Amino acid sequence: MNKLADFRRFINRDNNIVQLLVITAVIFLLMSALEPHKFLRYYNFESISFIFPELGIVAIAMMLAMLTGGIDLSVIGIANLAGILAGVFFTRLYPAGPEAGAAAELMRVAAGVVLALGVGLLAGTLNGLLIAKGRITPILATLGTGQIFTGFCMVLTGGPAIVGFPAWWGFIGNGKILGIAVPLILFLVVAVLIAVMLTKTPFGLNLFLIGTNPRAAIFAGLRTERMVIYSYMLSGTLAALAGIVLSGRTNAAKSDYGTSYLLQAVLISVLGGTNPAGGKGTVLGVSIAVIALMLLASGFQMMRFSNHLIDFIWGGFLLLVMVINVLRNRGK
Amino acid sequence: MTALAKLLRRSETAVLAILIVVMIVIGVINPAFWQADNLFNLLRANVVIGIMALSVLTVMISGGIDVSFPAFAVAAMYLTVIAMNAWGYQGVVLPFIGATLIGLVCGLANAVFIHTFRMIPLIVTLGSASVVRGLLLGLVGTSIINIDRMPPSLIAFGSSTVDVGGSKLSLMIFIYLGIAVLMWLFLTRTMAGRGVFAYGDDAESAKRVGFNTRRTVYLVYGLAGALAGFAGLLHASMIWLANPRDFVGYELDVIAAVVLGGASIFGGRGSVFGTILGVFMLTLIKNSLIIMRVDNTWQGVVVGCVIVIATALTAWRDRKALV
Repeated sequence: MNKLADFRRFINRDNNIVQLLVITAVIFLLMSALEPHKFLRYYNFESISFIFPELGIVAIAMMLAMLTGGIDLSVIGIANLAGILAGVFFTRLYPAGPEAGAAAELMRVAAGVVLALGVGLLAGTLNGLLIAKGRITPILATLGTGQIFTGFCMVLTGGPAIVGFPAWWGFIGNGKILGIAVPLILFLVVAVLIAVMLTKTPFGLNLFLIGTNPRAAIFAGLRTERMVIYSYMLSGTLAALAGIVLSGRTNAAKSDYGTSYLLQAVLISVLGGTNPAGGKGTVLGVSIAVIALMLLASGFQMMRFSNHLIDFIWGGFLLLVMVINVLRNRGK
Repeated sequence: MTALAKLLRRSETAVLAILIVVMIVIGVINPAFWQADNLFNLLRANVVIGIMALSVLTVMISGGIDVSFPAFAVAAMYLTVIAMNAWGYQGVVLPFIGATLIGLVCGLANAVFIHTFRMIPLIVTLGSASVVRGLLLGLVGTSIINIDRMPPSLIAFGSSTVDVGGSKLSLMIFIYLGIAVLMWLFLTRTMAGRGVFAYGDDAESAKRVGFNTRRTVYLVYGLAGALAGFAGLLHASMIWLANPRDFVGYELDVIAAVVLGGASIFGGRGSVFGTILGVFMLTLIKNSLIIMRVDNTWQGVVVGCVIVIATALTAWRDRKALV
């Protein structure tokens, strides 16, 4: 635990936001200079606004788990399970009637959303119970449940992707309201809600206190078990929301979609100033980090870097930024 | 009497007991399980994952975690096979030394970040895995080296068997067991091995009683990388192809096996024998679903449940009041 305590000192929240903004600006200028004609087009930013929200929501879910010193490695499993269950619901349990009106269709999609979010809530509750009541280390508990959720995805689909989502479901991932991408709107709503919850409510304060010092939190009379369970429930629900957006955008759900998102979600929340040992993290930081990395990835894609090299850049970037943090803090 | 009581309290005993029960149950459902061919196949499936588990065991005893070994294994395997093909080299010893060295270098890089920059092992190894896989697929290549382009010496080595009662037992088992014995000697009979336990129990105390913690960290992650590299090339020679996207998801299985074997993720606890049992349990469950006539798509659910139950039991064993 000593190493973790050392690490805690190294992250300074306010400097971190400034540093992130600088990094984002540097990436933006660099990409604009390298690929001015492709990178600075409206279309590029529009497509980013459709793609980044699902990753951003998963990263916020990851941050919530990290606030109490945990981690949620099952987010991708939950996201896919939510999307697939909704797909099963739409295609097998409740297919569209031939003369179904717009209202009935809307009801059907709403039921699918409730189902998907409910699954996320349940999955998160399971994680929370295993971690808080079963005292299983979060890494192992969510590793196992993630495997179970992905396993259920395999059982439900048998391998191939589920297709045939209703049009309104696609609207969640592809639609626009007043020219703004629906996923972006969802992301903003989630970000604001979670930010308010973390900074203005007792629940948020509790999470920070538990993450900073779990033992002191118990002595202070906090109901830590319940708070930890709530945080994983919330993280599971957010993961399911990301699954809805992902399946809406691609109009398909598959057991191994978005597997690279897991690393990226950890990366983004750590880059965004979240302390994996607990007690520190902001929605603002995570949001800036996800945008910075999306700009980086889209720029490199335009320079015809292969996706694999972009993986390399993500990983290298994570290590680099953490080294910079350490060196900077060492100087003080 | 006390010796017996002590034996019963060991987690290895519990794992062994469960293992025997599981084997009996599988044997009852389908007696074909007990055929020598099936059992030898099962043992063969232990080799690569077992060597990887021994590498993760050392890391876990030191209180860390390693999710980068599949990436290192695949890099060592693919680079070595490509180099062998490029130079037309036919041999066995040198390529394995090469693969081990590639893994060692990668592992030492982990150690630099973890020790020098005091970064959390999970984050470091997530990052380094992404870096190594990205570089391998992005710069070296994405094409699978099939059996027709695999060096014949490797294939011959990987398929060497010994005849036991009419069934063929892969000789690779003995490599696995040899490494296991060496690891056991290292962990329990050398001062450096004691240092790994001490460091995992309490890094600060280990430092104060005079263990060189820097050397311990470098040793642990270097060894983990080296074993991963070795296991990677062994895997290629046993399945007769080198796939640069191989070993995806192995980290889950291997960590699960090590935890099943009684190692604690908090460090300071774990044994080679337990890990061997854990690996055997995991491969047994994975490979016997078909023989138990369970649909293969359930594999993920079953393995996940095993991880959760096993970790819950370990957590219960290690339970302490939080305050």
